[in-house]
Amino acid sequence: MQSVNHSKNIVEVKNVSFSYGSELVLENISFDVHEGDYLGIVGPNGAGKTTLLKIMLGLLKPASGSISLFGTSLSDFKDWRKIGYVPQKATNFDSGFPVSVYDVVLMGCYNYKGLCCRINTGDCSIVERVLKQVGMWEYRDRLIGDLSGGQQQRVFIARALATEPKIIFLDEPTTGVDKKMHDEFYDLLRTLNRDAGLTLVLISHDIEKITEEAMHIACIDRTLVCHTSPEEFLKESESKNMFGEKVKIVSPHHHAH
Amino acid sequence: MNLFQYTFILHGLSAGIIVAVIAPMVGIFLVLKRYSLIADTLAHVSLAGIAIGLLAGINPVFTALGATVLGSLGVERLRMSKNVYGESALALFLSGSLALAIVLISLARGFNTNLFNYLFGSIVTVTIGDVYTILCLAFVVIAILAFFYREIIYVTFDEDAAQVSGVNTRRINTILIVLAALVVSLSIPIVGVLLIGALIVIPVVSALQLRKNFMKTILYAEIISIFSVIIGIIASFYLNISAGGAIVLLMLAIFFGIYILKKR
Repeated sequence: MQSVNHSKNIVEVKNVSFSYGSELVLENISFDVHEGDYLGIVGPNGAGKTTLLKIMLGLLKPASGSISLFGTSLSDFKDWRKIGYVPQKATNFDSGFPVSVYDVVLMGCYNYKGLCCRINTGDCSIVERVLKQVGMWEYRDRLIGDLSGGQQQRVFIARALATEPKIIFLDEPTTGVDKKMHDEFYDLLRTLNRDAGLTLVLISHDIEKITEEAMHIACIDRTLVCHTSPEEFLKESESKNMFGEKVKIVSPHHHAH
Repeated sequence: MNLFQYTFILHGLSAGIIVAVIAPMVGIFLVLKRYSLIADTLAHVSLAGIAIGLLAGINPVFTALGATVLGSLGVERLRMSKNVYGESALALFLSGSLALAIVLISLARGFNTNLFNYLFGSIVTVTIGDVYTILCLAFVVIAILAFFYREIIYVTFDEDAAQVSGVNTRRINTILIVLAALVVSLSIPIVGVLLIGALIVIPVVSALQLRKNFMKTILYAEIISIFSVIIGIIASFYLNISAGGAIVLLMLAIFFGIYILKKR
């Protein structure tokens, strides 16, 4: 167990709003993620969860508000090695891309900061270590497109781990993953969080699972509906019927068959 | 009749092989980024450059190079502005530069036969000077590719993740499109403006059917490309047919051969 300072905020989201054209997608969102946190971001489809994640990573610019990572404003933030990102893959991943599992993880290994010292001598050992960590080392020579959805996600986690980040952002990592792989995947995340001290920010549709696993839940539906413990979140969503039908999608008997 | 006793064939073959080597290296990224049509667009831009060169009495190889590089930066800028869809930006440049080329040509009536060479390629007009120019620029292309290879493949595979890793994705996209411009200008004497797209795209698309890893895919594309160019040029000599056409038809035959074998 690494020493983790839970009182230290490593992500600060302040009054963030965002709109696509005239449509306001996110309104005045503020919350913090502290070191060692495991934050589950939930909310209905189209609630702006992915948009929020992309804003936190600097891929989209907010209309107003600010983000800081490790105490540095996003516009000045340079230390991208500390950040891992596992994008939403199921829908936009080109399965015909001719690249092996090993090469995908190697992409994450490079030091992209400068023009000199481009090749890290430790590259190969890092790839081996992270692929073993996610249990994909024996698949290293397979093409990424030939793997199952769950295996692909493990490879993308390995790629994110390759820079030895402090925090990993994951966007619906279990879309299109079967039940067994799904549980193994959450076990892997738990290990990374509890044992390796990694901070995790995870968008999930699976409210049942994420409330079991995460330390905090942020519920987004254009605004920040709540940011609380999983227990409180479940109580509140029960009493307010927050999701209406949407909670039922992941109700327990859904998993039974 | 021994074709190697003719120096013009040797020049044509040398230039053809150099172009055959670099075209798939850049082509694989264009195909995977769904940028296949950029080669055709830039080819039309290069035609405008050639017309300028012929009109002004400058070596058209250099005016084509200049026009294509500038055109590639223009396309990328228009595409990045997000006010115009990517393929619309290509269409604007393709028809715009063709229109410019036609106007310049009509202004200067009289280089019709010359222009025909540029449209369909003419290896017999390749001089030893052209071979050296093509060789130097090919080294530039390979050097830039080797230097930025890791970034280019990351950006091609997953642009968002690359950006989060600290890759300057905008710069990498610009580098890639400028490389495409260089390859297009260098390919003109071999296959001509109208068939450049085929030279850059077909060997890569054929190799992709084999579903191998990245390096092997490039290797197979290289083999298909070099083989087609050599055999195409030799066939054009003995059968007295267009070299550019022969090369592209050969590439297509290989593509369909692989496609059918893989389908079974």
